[in-house]
Amino acid sequence: MTELLRAERLVKEFPVKGGVVHAVSDVSFAVQKGETLGLVGESGCGKSTLGKLVLDLIPPTSGKVYFNGQDLSQFKGEKLRTLRRGMQMIFQDPYASLDPRMSVGRIIMEPLNAHHIGDSRAERKAMVQALMEQVGLRPEFYARYPHQFSGGQRQRIGIARALALNPELVICDEPVSALDVSIQAQILNLLSDLQKQRSLTYLFISHDLNVVRYLSDRVMVMFLGQLCEMAPTEALYTAPRHPYTRFLLEAVPQPDPTRRDEERALLTGEVSSPVNPPSGCQFRLRCPYADAACAAEHPALNEVAPGHFCACHHPLTGT
Amino acid sequence: MKKRFKDQYTADLSQRIIDAEIQPDEGILHSILSMFRANKAALLGLILILLILLMSVFAPVIARYDPNALDLTSMRKAPSWEHWFGTDDMGRDVFARVVYGSRTSLMIGFVPSLISLVLGTVLGLMAGYLGKVADELIMRLADVVLAFPSLLLAMVVMYTLGASLLNMFIALSIINWAGTARVVRAQTLSLKEKEFMEAARSMGVSRFKIVFRHILPNCLPNLIVLFTLDIPGAIMWESSMSFLGVGDPNAASWGLMVSQGKGYAYMCPWLILAPGIAILITVMAFNFLGDGLRDAIDPYMKT
Repeated sequence: MTELLRAERLVKEFPVKGGVVHAVSDVSFAVQKGETLGLVGESGCGKSTLGKLVLDLIPPTSGKVYFNGQDLSQFKGEKLRTLRRGMQMIFQDPYASLDPRMSVGRIIMEPLNAHHIGDSRAERKAMVQALMEQVGLRPEFYARYPHQFSGGQRQRIGIARALALNPELVICDEPVSALDVSIQAQILNLLSDLQKQRSLTYLFISHDLNVVRYLSDRVMVMFLGQLCEMAPTEALYTAPRHPYTRFLLEAVPQPDPTRRDEERALLTGEVSSPVNPPSGCQFRLRCPYADAACAAEHPALNEVAPGHFCACHHPLTGT
Repeated sequence: MKKRFKDQYTADLSQRIIDAEIQPDEGILHSILSMFRANKAALLGLILILLILLMSVFAPVIARYDPNALDLTSMRKAPSWEHWFGTDDMGRDVFARVVYGSRTSLMIGFVPSLISLVLGTVLGLMAGYLGKVADELIMRLADVVLAFPSLLLAMVVMYTLGASLLNMFIALSIINWAGTARVVRAQTLSLKEKEFMEAARSMGVSRFKIVFRHILPNCLPNLIVLFTLDIPGAIMWESSMSFLGVGDPNAASWGLMVSQGKGYAYMCPWLILAPGIAILITVMAFNFLGDGLRDAIDPYMKT
């Protein structure tokens, strides 16, 4: 497998009144061609910021992003635009991410126009209609407007738009969290089918552990702007090493009523402020295993098992 | 575990092409049409505006007299079958002057409103989208304009440049652009934060295209409303300035007629009533239409 995307020591700080929000602190990871890398974490942990940093939609405070081995920060203007064609994004809110004044056809055609793909308008229209069919929309809806569609249909429009430039990497920023559960399943299956057909690589951002598990080959867990664990999906879900990951998994509602009364360890306390993160380990204030070492030093992301990385001074033993 | 999970999802999956009903086509035109059905005042405004437009276009057919023909044998005659709105102190037919005056007044309404609309939109887009120095410069300039009493500012411009129709356009444009620029800037700022702007940027759409394909079309409904409300404003300003004696003395506008007739207000009230009521009806018609359009467009913008 070859590496498609690499993020190196990405940092993003947002200045606010009375300090700085450490949205993303020193995050490094790589995405292999053809895989789906899941990114989970609770609200406000910096997942979406990380996705936007990767796309260069917002400039990083420091750190670098390599796409196909090329450092994005070295490119500007037209060259950056061409390079970014290979990376597209599917947005969270299917209502806000489509311009209400544009017809569906024009929305999907916009990236084609921006990069001068297709020789004539008729050719572009044919490309758009083929895309619509691929994502499960009737090509006859070409001239309709977004407000005439349901949330799931709108998300399909967003997916068609993201695929128009034939990208290698698609960053899915909570693509299903605004949808009904039954619609979520349709969209997830669509994403999974498209990945097979077009050999896409996904960076899949979500707060829903089930959704991430369904699609991902590997999963990263983020807490307060930092990666705490990164592992192949099954290993992470069955044998989490970081205490935070375990608490996250414990918090997933149990659909089996016969297991409802089982003892579950739930997290107490509040999320620490990203303006004044605690010293050492970000998680130590809520962690039952925290000791002096956790306050003194920030744990590095160490490989605790093959392909399994964990940033903890006291990793749980694999079971 | 993964297998079971997958089955749970695929069981829910319906056919690949989604046949779900899509909502009927309820565009902005539809909401404007239904507004006219419900809002009788706006409909009345529209009809009146059309009538005034027809009147100005067919002025020579409607008026039997030349508006500037002096007839010193029949000065200050009261309304009669011969002269519907009477005659003024130089024996000119007041009805003919009101009919022809609609040309001046409509032009005064449309031209400066259009200029200030374009100017205000361009400056507002620049301030909102570019931000920083451009924003500061443009908005502080707008503050200066808005801080002056508008009538005074327009009068100063007229005094400085001289009384002519062109200078009236310039004066009215100068006092009107700032309001438009503020509205456009505010809307640009809110649109800039929308996810579809980010989507456009991520697809590599140029800044120029983002402004003209996304921001401008989304501002357009509000601009139409602003425009319809600017027109009566401009007509009022022109009337006020003509009344105060800083208008173009050669342009037969309604404001000028009121001004010239004010000396005979008690003796010959038709001299100020006829043009005064014409101003009233025109301004009211545009306000009714503008208010109706705003009501029709606002809820549409919120969805």
